[in-house]
Amino acid sequence: MASEDSHNTVGVADPDPIIGPGHTFETVTDKISSIVLTRPVTPGWVFGLLIAFSALMLLNLVVTLLMIKGVGIWGIRIPTAWGFAIVNFVWWIGIGHAGTLISAILLLLHQKWRTSINRFAEAMTLFAVMCAGMFPLLHMGRPWLFFYLMPYPNPMWMWPQFRSPLVWDVFAVSTYLTVSLLFWYVGLIPDLATLRDRAKPKAAKIIYGMLSMGWRGSAVHWSRYETASLLLAGLATPLVVSVHTVVSFDFTIGIIPGWHTTIFPPYFVAGAIYSGFAMVLTLAIPIRKFYHLEDLVTARHLDIMAKVMLATGLIVAYGYLLEAFLAFYSGDQYEIYMMTNRFHGPYAPLYWMLISCNIIIPQLLWSRRVRRNVGLLFVLSLVVNTGMWLERFVIVVISLSRDFIPSSWGMYYPTRWDWATYIGTFGLFFTLFFLFIRFLPMISIVEVRSLVHETNEEKGHS
Amino acid sequence: MVKRRIYGLMAEFTSPEEVLAAAHTTHDAGYRRIDAFSPIPVEGLAEAVGFDWTILPTLVFFGGLGGGLTGFGMCWYANVISFPLNIGGKPFNSWPMWIPITFELTILGAALTAVFGMLALNGLPTPYHPTFNVERFAAASTDRFFLCIKARDQKFDLAKTKAFLEGLHPNGVFEVED
Repeated sequence: MASEDSHNTVGVADPDPIIGPGHTFETVTDKISSIVLTRPVTPGWVFGLLIAFSALMLLNLVVTLLMIKGVGIWGIRIPTAWGFAIVNFVWWIGIGHAGTLISAILLLLHQKWRTSINRFAEAMTLFAVMCAGMFPLLHMGRPWLFFYLMPYPNPMWMWPQFRSPLVWDVFAVSTYLTVSLLFWYVGLIPDLATLRDRAKPKAAKIIYGMLSMGWRGSAVHWSRYETASLLLAGLATPLVVSVHTVVSFDFTIGIIPGWHTTIFPPYFVAGAIYSGFAMVLTLAIPIRKFYHLEDLVTARHLDIMAKVMLATGLIVAYGYLLEAFLAFYSGDQYEIYMMTNRFHGPYAPLYWMLISCNIIIPQLLWSRRVRRNVGLLFVLSLVVNTGMWLERFVIVVISLSRDFIPSSWGMYYPTRWDWATYIGTFGLFFTLFFLFIRFLPMISIVEVRSLVHETNEEKGHS
Repeated sequence: MVKRRIYGLMAEFTSPEEVLAAAHTTHDAGYRRIDAFSPIPVEGLAEAVGFDWTILPTLVFFGGLGGGLTGFGMCWYANVISFPLNIGGKPFNSWPMWIPITFELTILGAALTAVFGMLALNGLPTPYHPTFNVERFAAASTDRFFLCIKARDQKFDLAKTKAFLEGLHPNGVFEVED
C-alpha cells in the first residue's frame, strides 16, 4: 500500500489527465462543496440570475396573455398549426438527451471522464425537459384542461386516444422527467450528506440533512445504492432512445410529405445527442472558467465532448443525405416537391443555414487545435445549437406550409409572442441553472473522489 | 452525569484498503453485527461486513413487470372492454399500438421500484442515527473510513472489543452513544 502522504493523491505522470494533478479526497470535496457553502455571492452570479429571471417574467407575461387571448397570439395559422411551439418542444427535449447519455450510457460503458460533467449535464436534462414540457401544454389552447391527456376516471366515460403518438408523448416525456429527476436525486444523496457535514450555519445543516435523508455511507447502503444506480442506468438507456423515437413518431405517423419516413427515429435520437452535447459545452465552458474548475473539467473533457459532437453530427448528416435521397428515390411527386421546396422554396435560406450550421462548420472539429481552443469550441457549440433548432423548424414548417394541394398552402411567420415564449423558456432554464450551481454541488463529489482513488490505484500498479 | 447506553465501538481509518482489511479481520474474529462507513463506495466492503445478497434486483423486475402489465392492460381495457370503437373494421385490440405506453410504464415502474426500494431497504430517511453522535464521524463523508462493532453483537465486550479494535491500528477508537 502507498504511504500516508501519497495516498489518495493524483500524480502528474499522465500528460492529458481527466483530473488535475495533486488532488486528494479532501481537496476535491473542499473545492466542489466550497462553491455552495463558503463562496460569497458574486455580482456576476446576481447579474446572470437577474437577466434569467427577467426572461422568466417575460414567460409569465406571455403565458398570462396566452390564457386570456388564446394561441392566436402566436403565428400559427392553418395550414401551419405547429409553429414554434413544436419546434421548441423538440429542440429542448433533444438537449436533455445528452445528460442522460452521459449519466447512464457512459456509466454502463465505464467511461471515467463522465464523472465531473454528469451532475450538471443531468441538471441540464431536467431543466430542459421542464422547458420542453411547457410547449405542448401551452399549444393545447386550453392548458388548464391538460389533465384530459391522462387516463383518469371521468364522468364523460372517455379515455385518451392510446393509438395516438401525441398520447405516447405524454407517457414518454413524463416518464423521462420522473426517471431523470430520480436518477439525479439518487446521485445527489451522498453529496448532500457531505454538505450537511461541512455546512456551518444551522439552517443549511438542517436543510441538507433533510435532503440527504440521513445518509451515513454505510457499506451495506452503498452496496444497494450501487445496485440501484446501475439498474437505473440500465433503465434510462433504452428510455432515452425511446423518448426521442416517440417524439419522432409525432411526425412519422402523419402522412405529410417529409414526415412519413422510417429514417426519423434514429436520426432524431442522433440529433438529440448532437444538440445535447453542444448545450453541455455551452454550459460547461463558462462554468469551468467562472468557478475555476479547469482541473476537474479539463481540456480533455472538452476534447472528448467535441469528438462525440462530431460523430453524432456525422450521423445527422447521413440522415439529411438519406432524407434527400429517399425523397427522389420514392418517385412520389409530393416527396420530391417537398425536397426541392427545401432547396429553393421560400424557406430555403433557413435550410442552407441548417446545412452550414450542422454539417459544414462542425467539420472544423476534426482538427485537434480547434477542439483544444476553448473560445472557438464555445462558438461552435452555439452554432450547433442554432443548427439543430433550424432543423426542427425546417421539418415542422416547410412540410406543413406546403403539403398536397397548392390551394391549401400558406406561409408561417412567427410573431413577437412566439419569440417571447421561446426567450421565456430560456429564462426558466437559466434561472433554475443559476440556482442549481449555487445551492447544490454541480459536480459529483463522490464520483470525483472515486476517480481520485482509482487513478491513484492505477499508478500504484503501473 | 447519567451514564449513556452504548450503541457500539467505532474505529477510524485513513484508506479504503485499511478499512477493508480491518473489516475482514473483524469478521474472521467472529464479530457479526458490524458495519463500515466510507465516503466512496468501496468494492468488497459490504461483503466483508457480512452482506451478501439484496432482493433489490428482484423487486425491480417485478416493478417493471407490474408497470408493463398496467400499461398494456390499460390500453387493452380502454379499447376492448370500456369503449370499443369500430373504425373501418379494424381490430379493437391493435396491440402494436399499445407498445410505446407499455414500454414507458415498464421503465417507470422499474425505476420507481429501484429508487424507493433502495431507500426503503436502506431504512432511509433516517433523521437520527447513533453514529452521528461521534464527532469525528463527520469526516466519513469526506476522507475517513470507519468500522463499527455494534453492542448488540454477542461477542461484544466493551474492554475486549476496544482492545481488539486498537489492535487493527486505527487512527482512533470511539465509543458510540445510543
